[in-house]
Amino acid sequence: MSEKTIEIEVLRYHPEKDSEPHLQVFQVPFTDDMSVLQGVQYIKDYLDGSLSFRWSCRMAICGSCGMMINGIPNLSCQTFLRDYYPARVRVEALSHFPIERDLVINIEGFIEKLESIQPYIIPKEPRTLAEGEYLQTPEQLHAYEQFSSCINCLLCYAACPQFGLNSDFVGPAATALLHRYNVDSRDGGKAERMELVNSEEGVFNCTAVGYCSEVCPKGVDPANAVNQNKTNSAADYFLRFLTPKGGAK
Amino acid sequence: MKPIRKRSNAPIFWALFGAGGMLSALLGPMLVFITGLAIPLGLLLPPDTMSYAKMLAFSQHWLGKGFILAIIALFLWHAAHRIFHSLHDVGIHAGLGAKLICYGSAMLGTVITLYALLGIGF
Amino acid sequence: MNKRRPYVRSMDGWWRKNPFFVEYMIHEGTALFVAAYAGILLTGLVRLSQGEAAWNAWLASLQHPWYIAFHVVALIAITYHTYTWFKIMPRTMPPVVVGGRQLSAWEITGSGLAVAAAASLGLFALVWGMAR
Repeated sequence: MSEKTIEIEVLRYHPEKDSEPHLQVFQVPFTDDMSVLQGVQYIKDYLDGSLSFRWSCRMAICGSCGMMINGIPNLSCQTFLRDYYPARVRVEALSHFPIERDLVINIEGFIEKLESIQPYIIPKEPRTLAEGEYLQTPEQLHAYEQFSSCINCLLCYAACPQFGLNSDFVGPAATALLHRYNVDSRDGGKAERMELVNSEEGVFNCTAVGYCSEVCPKGVDPANAVNQNKTNSAADYFLRFLTPKGGAK
Repeated sequence: MKPIRKRSNAPIFWALFGAGGMLSALLGPMLVFITGLAIPLGLLLPPDTMSYAKMLAFSQHWLGKGFILAIIALFLWHAAHRIFHSLHDVGIHAGLGAKLICYGSAMLGTVITLYALLGIGF
Repeated sequence: MNKRRPYVRSMDGWWRKNPFFVEYMIHEGTALFVAAYAGILLTGLVRLSQGEAAWNAWLASLQHPWYIAFHVVALIAITYHTYTWFKIMPRTMPPVVVGGRQLSAWEITGSGLAVAAAASLGLFALVWGMAR
């Protein structure tokens, strides 16, 4: 019985010995239920134990396994070899991030951005336990629910050319999460978060390419969050002298 | 202490870009058809639609002036913003120089439009 | 001893590597035609301010084959701008609720294109009315 194989070409980079990344081809046994992640795991388990990559849940919820698959950002656990077979599949680290090693990228910049948007409910006013839980209507939930689906997989950053050209840009996912809190009826922190939205690193780096929303595996539509906040930011910019507090600083 | 981030002035240019984009999206095609094809080729419209007398009367009226100014200026500001960002997209990061050329051209065009409209009189 | 040496990849030619980005550059590029057309109108305005002879000379120059060809291409480009502008518009808006139901992206795009069609016809009617 002949075993089917598929060629998986991986962008390798070991900083201790490589001056720059290079492609390496592996012959991987193929069955039609295999994900790209499983293909990469086979390489590590049987062909080259030095291959490094992140993964965890294998079910598109942890956000760890993002990779460029034939040049397109995808979750490797949710991308299947059968959709490429018998052609060769090229796997590379997510674009626009520095490569630490093989398929592992440096995401420190994103973590800092995530912290800077204050990703938690900032109450409108102090609230005691005795007052009980917040009540929210289905409409109030609908306003932010989509944006709360973000799994921080960073496919949108790999998709965003403006982030690629300027890594200071706060970017799609961070803005989607910022928006998620701003439109949550329980939250009162919008003015604080506007400083980041209005800044040089903020939403006006976006040129509405829209590819971030195309690649998002969770349907978050970060492009919508970023572009809605262009309107919010412009309103804040032009109307700031009319409000008593003067808007955001 | 968290540093206070500098506010970007992008909203000014973005608002002009948006206004110009909407105006050119709504009226651009028909304007190009009328002034660039229908009149020169004598299609559909009377041959003297854009005669000197008619255009002078139109541009001397304050509504006509407003329309002409809106079209020329907003089209220019829309294009300036988009072209500046496209230069950045293709790797031309000439920064302040590119900004001055793009937005400066739009400003120059706007000033010439105002000057010409005033010169035409009322 | 820190063995880390993060590798930063080049952004050269990024837009040529994905059809999505090629389309993006094309619709952004329509701005060149918007600028060129505005420049032609500006020239016409200046000629108008210079008197009847100058205006008539400019009007006649629009009949030159190169100008006609330019306007054909510009018409296609600016119409493409109209289409892509309203295709992007839903992305820039908060949810639009009409009659208790949220409008889909295509409903918003379709409405925008319908308004553009109406505005175009309105403009034509206005010009035709003023010319009679």
